[in-house]
Amino acid sequence: MTDAVIQTHGLTRRFGKITAVSDVSFEVSRGAIFGLLGPNGSGKSTIIRMLCGVLRPTQGTGVVLGIDVSKNPEQVKRRIGYVSQKFSLYADLTVTENLDFYARIYGLSAIQLRERRGVVVALTGLEPYMDRLAGQLSGGWKQRLALACAMIHDPEVLFLDEPTAGIDPVARRELWDLLFELAGRGVTMLVTTHYMDEAERCTHVGYIYLAKLIALGRPEALKANADVTPANTQRYEIRCTNPAASLALARHIPEVRDATMFGDTLHVLLDTSLDPRELVRRIAPNDPKADVRPVEASLEDVFVLMSRAQARKLEQVRVT
Amino acid sequence: MNGFLAILLKELAHIRRDRGTILFAFVIPAVQLSIFGYAIDVTIENIPLVVFDLDGRQESRRLVEAFVNTRTFKVVERVTDSESLHRALNAGRAKAGLIVPADYSNRLLRGEQAQVQMLIDGSDSQIATTALNAANLLTINMSLGRAKIVAEQAQRAVSRDPAGRPVLPIEARPRLLYNPDLESSHFFVPGLIGIILQLVLLFLTSFSIVRERERGTLEQLFVTPVGRGGLLFGKLVPYACMAFGELCIVLTLMVAVFGVNINGSLLLLFSLSGIFIVTVLGLGLLISTIATTQLGALQMAFMVMLPSVLLSGFMFPRSEMPTIIYWVTFAIPATYYIEILRGVILRGADLVDLFPHFIGLCCCCAVILTLSLARFRKQLD
Repeated sequence: MTDAVIQTHGLTRRFGKITAVSDVSFEVSRGAIFGLLGPNGSGKSTIIRMLCGVLRPTQGTGVVLGIDVSKNPEQVKRRIGYVSQKFSLYADLTVTENLDFYARIYGLSAIQLRERRGVVVALTGLEPYMDRLAGQLSGGWKQRLALACAMIHDPEVLFLDEPTAGIDPVARRELWDLLFELAGRGVTMLVTTHYMDEAERCTHVGYIYLAKLIALGRPEALKANADVTPANTQRYEIRCTNPAASLALARHIPEVRDATMFGDTLHVLLDTSLDPRELVRRIAPNDPKADVRPVEASLEDVFVLMSRAQARKLEQVRVT
Repeated sequence: MNGFLAILLKELAHIRRDRGTILFAFVIPAVQLSIFGYAIDVTIENIPLVVFDLDGRQESRRLVEAFVNTRTFKVVERVTDSESLHRALNAGRAKAGLIVPADYSNRLLRGEQAQVQMLIDGSDSQIATTALNAANLLTINMSLGRAKIVAEQAQRAVSRDPAGRPVLPIEARPRLLYNPDLESSHFFVPGLIGIILQLVLLFLTSFSIVRERERGTLEQLFVTPVGRGGLLFGKLVPYACMAFGELCIVLTLMVAVFGVNINGSLLLLFSLSGIFIVTVLGLGLLISTIATTQLGALQMAFMVMLPSVLLSGFMFPRSEMPTIIYWVTFAIPATYYIEILRGVILRGADLVDLFPHFIGLCCCCAVILTLSLARFRKQLD
């Protein structure tokens, strides 16, 4: 991949004895939306901070736009934008003042400032709120403002650290629409999240578990992975009146490799040796509404499976 | 210096929006100076005195009158038994007790030594020392007065003045320089200016940076190409300007309200104040590189303020301090600045007179700035 905009190689960061990021390598190509997933404290923010040049890697390299971030952090900073996890604009300044401040920080001239402000305001729809204090905006609009500030200098790469945490579903969807629009304009994005539906929207995803990158690739490729749906098995979705009771029953059937609740349905990974209709008869007896259909693995399935495999591997290492 | 103007404009917008900053920078210092300038008064007068006069005749009444006339003492109670006298002292109503024996007048008339007893509450050493000295001086003067009369009658004196009257053989002729009325406000107010300036500036600067760290806006700034110099100067210059404004206000108050005139060069005063202001900005910056929360900054600022108040010579003379503490006082920037303030304002000292303090302040400034600039990085670790 020669058009890689972000490349990391063996990226590692330790804080004292704790390893926050361990040997993480990935590449993100131009215009991609790379989703970095993982539980809280798995090291996602630390990776972003290293790539933004504010945290030095202990080992390994991070290259953004062809520039090594640990060698030339200041050069990288001009060409990237960063939306942090918590709202970090000036609550006591207005929307306009915040935008103008960041424009000046990036050294935009008065003419450039006006032009770029027009562009990001049109993009984010902040027009009606220009004179409002940033602290008085609602969560979704705060994030739009943060995005607008991060975009004011027309960066080629955008880092977003859980941009949708704590905002309502409508605002969340609108923000993602914005991100797609930016990607369409050629902006490369690295987004961390722990919403699985957001992960499905990314062009590429990486899953961080206990500081290590354990899954990497396009969502559909990950789902098609042989480990996720092994040979002679098939995933089914079972709709029934009492899924909780059925789940308990399903877990006692040897042919059921895995079973989880999914809304008001059950997802099971079943050996082909057992007929799915037979399974339904066993776990939802006398249920006329019971229904079964084959489904594809979800990203959540992928990550659950890989986390377990990783945990087992670590357990083995500890034993030996 | 990248981004200096952007940070400066933003900082001014913050200050404009935040009434608290304006209040803290200009109004509070003026109020503090007025209150503390009046409150801190070290001349001890009107020490409450309880009198137990067993004699009660003219000579003893004259003695008690003499005590009151010194203005050091004020009679708060006259008692008729020794039990009540001790009660007044125990209860703290009186700090000194005077007992005149029944034969006081008789003895004086007979030409014998008359004795009066002074009981002094020693718990506050300053008050006790003053009371002791005043009582001693008073009785010596009264004794000399009587001796003079005798000398005149005897036609024999140790020494005489040109008119032939007997006088004391040695007379000291003290002249009080710089503060002839011994107004303690003249001594304290200039020092207070230094303390207030440091207090306000230290809190404002350390808070302004730690607040950004706490709210995450500093991290956001680190991700931008803003230069370290631009960031620091942009943040500190507005506060330096405010400090100068504040200095003007408190100096005006000092002259107008307390009648303390600036005897030395105003230019020198402002130039040296500039060095002190930069030093305190550096201290504030240093605190902000260590503290991660505003509460932490508050605690650290207090840790810096206490020695500045107690050991800088503002409250207590440094020459009285134990050797080790005395050496410590050289590490406190306020020590030099207070010396400079007192020198320029009260004694009209010039740079030559103040050279050691000037050098001391410069050294403090250099050390603190180097340390804080080295610690302040555009990095999170």
